[in-house]
Amino acid sequence: MSNFFRFILKRVVYMLITLFLISSCTFLLMNFLPGTPYNNEAKLTNKQREIMNKRYGLNKPLVKRYIIYMSGAVRGDFGISLQFGDQPVKSILAKRIGPSLQLGAQAMILGTTVGIILGTVAAMFQNSFIDGIASLSAIIGRSVPNFVFAVLLQLLFAVYLKWFPIALWNEGFLSTVLPTVALSISPMADSARFIRTEMIEVLNSDYIELARAKGMSEWRVAFKHGLRNALIPLITILGPMSVSLMTGSLVVENIFAIPGIGEQFVKSIMTNDYSTIMAVTMLYSTLLVTIILLVDILYGIVDPRIRVGGGEY
Amino acid sequence: MDELIDKKDENKNLYSEIPSSYFTPLDETYHFDNERIAAPSLSFYQDGWRRLRKNKAAVVSMVILLLIISIEIVSIWYTPHDPNLQNVPHANLPPRIPHVNINGFNGKAKISGEWVDKYELAHVPHDVNYYFGTDAFGRDLLSRVLAGTRISLLIALAAAFFDLLIGITYGLVSGWKGGSVDIIMQRILEIISGIPTLVVVILMLLFIRPGVTSIIVAMGLTGWITMARVVRAETLKLKDQEFVLAARTLGESSLNIAVSHILPNLSGIIIVQTMFTIPSAIFFEAFLSFIGVGMRAPNASLGTLLNEGYKTFRFLPHLMWFPAAAICIIMITFNLLADGLRDAFDPKMKD
Amino acid sequence: MSEKILEINNLHVSFQTYAGKVQAVRGVSLTLNKGETLALVGESGSGKSVTCRSIMGLLSKNGSIDCGQIIFDGKDLLSKTNREMQNIRGKEIAMVFQDPMTSLNPTMTVGKQVAEPVILHQKLSKSEAMKKALELFRLVDIPEPEKRLKYYPHQFSGGQRQRIVIAIALACNPKILIADEPTTALDVTIQAEILDLMKSIQKKVATSIIFVTHDLGVVANIADRVAVMYGGKIVEIGTVDEIFYNPQHPYTWGLLRSMPTLDNEEDSLYAIPGSPPDLLDPPQGDIFAQRNQYALTVDEYYEPPMFKISQTHYASTWLLDSRAPEIKIPQSIVARQQYFKFKKQSFKDKRG
Repeated sequence: MSNFFRFILKRVVYMLITLFLISSCTFLLMNFLPGTPYNNEAKLTNKQREIMNKRYGLNKPLVKRYIIYMSGAVRGDFGISLQFGDQPVKSILAKRIGPSLQLGAQAMILGTTVGIILGTVAAMFQNSFIDGIASLSAIIGRSVPNFVFAVLLQLLFAVYLKWFPIALWNEGFLSTVLPTVALSISPMADSARFIRTEMIEVLNSDYIELARAKGMSEWRVAFKHGLRNALIPLITILGPMSVSLMTGSLVVENIFAIPGIGEQFVKSIMTNDYSTIMAVTMLYSTLLVTIILLVDILYGIVDPRIRVGGGEY
Repeated sequence: MDELIDKKDENKNLYSEIPSSYFTPLDETYHFDNERIAAPSLSFYQDGWRRLRKNKAAVVSMVILLLIISIEIVSIWYTPHDPNLQNVPHANLPPRIPHVNINGFNGKAKISGEWVDKYELAHVPHDVNYYFGTDAFGRDLLSRVLAGTRISLLIALAAAFFDLLIGITYGLVSGWKGGSVDIIMQRILEIISGIPTLVVVILMLLFIRPGVTSIIVAMGLTGWITMARVVRAETLKLKDQEFVLAARTLGESSLNIAVSHILPNLSGIIIVQTMFTIPSAIFFEAFLSFIGVGMRAPNASLGTLLNEGYKTFRFLPHLMWFPAAAICIIMITFNLLADGLRDAFDPKMKD
Repeated sequence: MSEKILEINNLHVSFQTYAGKVQAVRGVSLTLNKGETLALVGESGSGKSVTCRSIMGLLSKNGSIDCGQIIFDGKDLLSKTNREMQNIRGKEIAMVFQDPMTSLNPTMTVGKQVAEPVILHQKLSKSEAMKKALELFRLVDIPEPEKRLKYYPHQFSGGQRQRIVIAIALACNPKILIADEPTTALDVTIQAEILDLMKSIQKKVATSIIFVTHDLGVVANIADRVAVMYGGKIVEIGTVDEIFYNPQHPYTWGLLRSMPTLDNEEDSLYAIPGSPPDLLDPPQGDIFAQRNQYALTVDEYYEPPMFKISQTHYASTWLLDSRAPEIKIPQSIVARQQYFKFKKQSFKDKRG
């Protein structure tokens, strides 16, 4: 097991290095690229600009700013939001993490569960009509941009059928349904297609044939014996899936007016609120890197060939 | 133990119609085609093409895509109206297709529950038709969709090409060299992939003026990671195969082996991966433009059209439906084709 | 007279491929008696595996049974639905596959995998099934069985994995065990162990075994009767003594001659010339004629029927027809046949 611990330790160190590099790069990007965070820059007089700079600490030398930035970043303090005047970025974002996390988790769970079932059924009935439908659904899910889906869902279920509220987040569980579904389409399509490929390979393997020779029904063979083998590689796409959930959340939160990080991010982009942009960038990166680390650990735990050592015959 | 029955007596009457003359040794020439292989031999691409043809969805997609591409090429020189020409008196008109008298496509729109002919209200001449309607500035949506699709396709193809180039080289070098070079390159890759690419692109685009070139550069510089990974994985697999060993023992240089042996064997994977990258790029650009970071007005791309359409969706749904349909069709056909190609080139797929 | 437990009548199986329809099995008939081991011998592509899978009902999707019957327990297996076959698989007829490294589910403990058929068919509870699994582990000589039940397949060697697979097959005391080249993927020493194991189990449990192999050495070790297959048909069938010491079909001669033996007088090892037959478009006559140096003209036009040599020995070659000319049988085969006659004679003498 100590091998495993060393492996985890190595990954944690990488994670920290990565985050350090990411934050430094973000900082440099922000400071060296042309353009400023102020709107209507041309209209500002020099004096006004000086005052603004002083206010936001932009008049200090680069290195000093870097140190301030990094020390703040470690504590989660990214200074004051340019958009909202006096509010610290930290508190703005802190309120918004909850809804985003809830939305993301719900979408991930819904998407992967349905996707796994779809993919398995498609593989079992490979090349038949059912497979065609399942695969087509997965492709449509992947191809239609999630904002189109979101708008469609909104139109159909909220406006015409009036089953769900159009927007807002806080009206109980029902209001979370539409955005969750909209966001879950992408992970659903990805997992369905992935599981289908894996299951097709698994269903052709020798141990599955042995399981059939034991007299098991095809459903049992697929779900009890086959799936546990196909699920393991699925863990490897959880990382990229989180990324698409993050990008997807930007639009979904906007369309459904959900008070989450994604909505704020888009607003910050519009208003060039660069301290918030930096903060959100770091937040997303940290989240992603952590997820990747967790995925690696999870993979090691779930695959018995890694978890339990090699042969000791 | 039974008595051995004398074989010659028992079987005397079997098959008596066969002439005795047949019971002579067979002519030597009968054995000549021992080594004949019955099935026709096919090259890798021929086999892939044959298998692709069996996949109806992929074939239909291919046809549709070719159609779209042809239309787009033609649209460089001809569109029904000028996509950028504003004509405010003709603003916000619903679609009117001549000879089609379905409400919603004949110039009528529902206002306060009643169908009203907006073309009449705006005094539009009878021979002027806007097949997809017009937007808030009176610009013909059909022309804008054609132009927008063209730009989206261009951006996607260019970005895909870029990331193909970088990705293949990176992956091939990393996988082929192996050892410490590979380890370092992989570490770099891991660190780079720790940043959501969206974030990188957004950051870049915030500070560089967005335009066709900068979007292509931004997407190309961040999208190569998957291709690099896939190419590296396949290179590692191929490296261990015996034909590489055989080439080496024949004295071929490392570079030569990499380029003339490994690369062609990667072609299947590369084709498939590229076919997947293009719709990703289209989607990405549309996404960026939709949230306002990509192309900006008045330039038309599918994303900006969707953005504009979304703003007035409740009142002028056609402004969003048409670009949405366009992007969906393109994405679906590309993905179906890519799926079909992947199945066609995968040796493990059951035939 | 032994009791017949399985009877295959005129089985025809084909597969649909992109190049056309491949005739994998072209009229196989055989019987399996209770408590005996029948070996199916032949090259790759001769149809032996396909025949076994047809018995189990495990043909791949592009395969179809074009005609024939497989009678087991008084009923034709080919007329049963998949559901009905599920009740037979693993319970009455069980199968052991070739590659032990891939036959076990890598993500499930071996104990669970061995207990599974018992839970499935005999409806025992989990703990009772695990007890049975323990017994089975002891039966197949796995050391420290209590501990090992919780292990995963990758923690065992190839030979041990094959034993586990055998244990799974025997879990419900099947009447028939089909072993599809179970020792081909193993080292020779392990091979011997597995064969000994199977023989001892057969003594204990009286299962009938169909043993598929291409290795005549293994056949000599374990079989009571042998069926030699070529090109989707059985070309010769008989007791193991009859096949080894009185072979009548030129293909059997070829097989025997290509077996290296210590008292081989020839300098080079014999190999049957040519390559396996084309089952896409089988010739009209005898499919072996192309590689058969003893082929007659009639072989080009008519497939030979099964000629009877004894109550238990049949071969399908025109050489056994009364009109066939005398031929020069290879020396090593003649030696075998002489030995056979000698054995018979001395046996007769002992009796008489």
